[in-house]
Amino acid sequence: MSADAVKASTVPTVQKEQSMVLQKQLFGDYYDSLGRAREEGRRVVSTFVPGNLTELLRSFDLLPILPEINALQSGMRKLSANYIAEAEKQGHSEDVCTYVKCDIGMLKSGNVGPTGVKLPNPDLLLLSYTGCFTFLKWFELLRQEYQCPVAMLHVPYLPNGRIEPHHVDYVVKQLRTEVIPKLEQVSGRRYDEARLSEMLALSAKAEDDFVWVLASAKNEPSPIDAYFGGVYYIGPIFTAFRGTSEGVEYYRVLREEIAERIRLGLGPVTPEGTMASQKFRLVVEGPPNWTSFREFWKMFYDEGAVVVASSYTKVGGLYDRGFRHDPNRPLESLAEYCLGCYTNLGLPARVDLLERYIREYRADGFMINSVKSCNSFSVGQLLMLRQLERRTGVPGGFIESDLVDPRYFSTANIKNRIESYVQMLAQKKTAGVTA
Amino acid sequence: MSVVEVLLGIDLGSTTTKAIALDRSGRIIGRGITNTRSNYEVASQIVRDEALVQSRFELVRHAMAADPELAGIEKKFIGSLVRNFRQRQHLEQLEWLESELRRCADAPRYAPNREAVREALSHICQAMRARVSGHFSELAVRKSDFFRDLAAVDYVQAAEQFSDAKHASFDVLCGLFDAAILVVENAAGDWAFERHAGPALEQTLAAAPADIREREARLRAAVESVGSLELRVLGIIGTGYGRQRLPFPKEQIRSEILCHGLGAHAMFAGTRTVLDIGGQDTKAIQVDGAGIVTSFQMNDRCAAGCGRYLGYIADEMNLGLHELGKLAQESTCSVKINSTCTVFAGAELRDRLSLGQKVPDILAGLHRAIMLRAMSLLARSGGISDEFTFTGGVARNPAAVSALQGLVQQNYGVRKLNISPESIYTGALGAALFAQRAAEGGNAA
Repeated sequence: MSADAVKASTVPTVQKEQSMVLQKQLFGDYYDSLGRAREEGRRVVSTFVPGNLTELLRSFDLLPILPEINALQSGMRKLSANYIAEAEKQGHSEDVCTYVKCDIGMLKSGNVGPTGVKLPNPDLLLLSYTGCFTFLKWFELLRQEYQCPVAMLHVPYLPNGRIEPHHVDYVVKQLRTEVIPKLEQVSGRRYDEARLSEMLALSAKAEDDFVWVLASAKNEPSPIDAYFGGVYYIGPIFTAFRGTSEGVEYYRVLREEIAERIRLGLGPVTPEGTMASQKFRLVVEGPPNWTSFREFWKMFYDEGAVVVASSYTKVGGLYDRGFRHDPNRPLESLAEYCLGCYTNLGLPARVDLLERYIREYRADGFMINSVKSCNSFSVGQLLMLRQLERRTGVPGGFIESDLVDPRYFSTANIKNRIESYVQMLAQKKTAGVTA
Repeated sequence: MSVVEVLLGIDLGSTTTKAIALDRSGRIIGRGITNTRSNYEVASQIVRDEALVQSRFELVRHAMAADPELAGIEKKFIGSLVRNFRQRQHLEQLEWLESELRRCADAPRYAPNREAVREALSHICQAMRARVSGHFSELAVRKSDFFRDLAAVDYVQAAEQFSDAKHASFDVLCGLFDAAILVVENAAGDWAFERHAGPALEQTLAAAPADIREREARLRAAVESVGSLELRVLGIIGTGYGRQRLPFPKEQIRSEILCHGLGAHAMFAGTRTVLDIGGQDTKAIQVDGAGIVTSFQMNDRCAAGCGRYLGYIADEMNLGLHELGKLAQESTCSVKINSTCTVFAGAELRDRLSLGQKVPDILAGLHRAIMLRAMSLLARSGGISDEFTFTGGVARNPAAVSALQGLVQQNYGVRKLNISPESIYTGALGAALFAQRAAEGGNAA
């Protein structure tokens, strides 16, 4: 064997499953279509992930641009540090949400998207205001930059997590009187409810498969990692592919793959290979760090910790409590989707949900990744930790990092905490056996 | 050959590395401490050897205590034996330092003044040797037990005396020391008990009063019997920030959170809350009745308010770290300070001084500021339960302790505060106890 061959055989190659290839293709095509939008005469709308109105936009043939996705993709592709520096140069403080700074910095650096394709200026900013108060300021900044109209959808916050009929009425009314007229204006098309309903039927189909995928982590060993793998699984459904046949196909393929993994008794596919040993089942609260994503994942992998449920995979929308987009109640179900997403839930509702995950997924522990620059997530997290510990008797761990600012990922410190936490779980397990 | 089985815990901290040796029953028989240098492997090797050497002295003490003719004199005799032993180690290291200094002085850049530099080095080393017995006399108070620290003070003093600005300047001599000491301290020496105990025994006996010399044969037998014992290390567990660098497999490594929890429990069985303030991190730990960690919090993205902060302040004020707390206790009116950023500490200090505030008052304010940060971590970890044990280097600082006591009382009411004089060894003790459990099998986690 030649030296090169030896070297090649020792470098682990990342295992790619069909769903991964498919997803890469989907996103590549999506960014390409954004790049061609101007020449093809297509209109684009910037909007946010939580509770977004992808089907409604698509029913007008509008293409969504998602600044949060651009930011996290830039983080994963090691582009965010320069963008953040650029935004700070513009006068944005160090403590501001790093998604915002990454987005502003990308814009100021020529608005080239994460795949290298130049992004078009939006024709409309659709501000669906779901739990994250920074959204408002973010689009205020973008409006100054793009000089384009804003459609504001005010989604009432759900302190106790329950959607009341008057909430739905309020949102639907805004859809009819504010959002739809502006979409009609921008697109030059009439609102077509039949078309929207068709798309919602496709959404519901993909959502069924997606929920099945998330629930597969109830198996032991779990065939998926519901946080690090989970962020890939939410990709199409939380972004531009709800209501599309490509989206449906992606989740069908994904479901098949996972069904096969369950049949073979295999663990999740990770960048280090298939996870063979699952010593600890964890629930995770909070978004992941994107700039050191693989390193972060490996810290869990090295400790034999698999994530069986996470709240982050509910930020776009919460499906595993029964919600589906409903072709028979199109605007009402869009309203319910906006209202029910995780970031729009009050603390008691978040604690209830995490408690259910800990019990239903038979977790050994739960971990909070707290992101200081993301107030909508991090406020109250220690309170949640104590309440969850009290209710479940399962110990919680707490780490701190950032979304896309690489300066706030302290590898040694985070590793130390994860290791300490996992060893604490191990000690508790052993003590339980010998007691 | 008789065998004594020992278990070792090694705590590689950012400032110091510590080791604890236990016998099979879990009794502490040896300790080792050294400054953590850039070479973690050497640091862990040195503390390991040190703990094993101490274990032998402890075994000599056991042997003497068990002998009716020697019982009662062991404390004084072993004290003297250990001092002679340390002195021999020190002299040997000094010899090595001298040869390294000469080697460094052979570098081409010193060629023009080589003779003058060599001569200065000879004088300096001679002066250093002359001071050694003073360091190890019965009444000596050493500011540090580390060879590097002792040698540096002696060297600098002698260099001031023997330098000459033209041919062997003070800066040149200090540069040579910095180069040579790195070599000496970054290679593990062989300070084995067997090699030095015999000569140290002779030295001790020669200087001993007649009533002790009468028992010479029995004393020799006690020391020799221990010298011929095999100390069999049954297990080692490593912990601390440098644990990843320890030449141990993963199963032999434990997080310092768990080790501090268990170590504090072993020192004070009633412990439920532990605060550890080390060089670069602060840990608030809750433990159950068996010393098992139930919850913990550590300082987050920033190390403000850790031990290093005090070290930095001490440097800024040209004080020794151990003098800082005492000076702060002279405060009559503590200054209110909020920021504990280590990098800003110098600016904060100078600003206060420029306002005419008194050094002890400023220092008292700084100590309180550190403890306020610790209180926040404690609150986040679940509060302070009775009993409360404070560990780590900062627990030796009286001003830090009194600031903590005040804040605990104010926020939680009366709590029993435990501080062991051996608190710096808490993590190493926890690690050694994990090694003991692992050796017993099963309950290794």
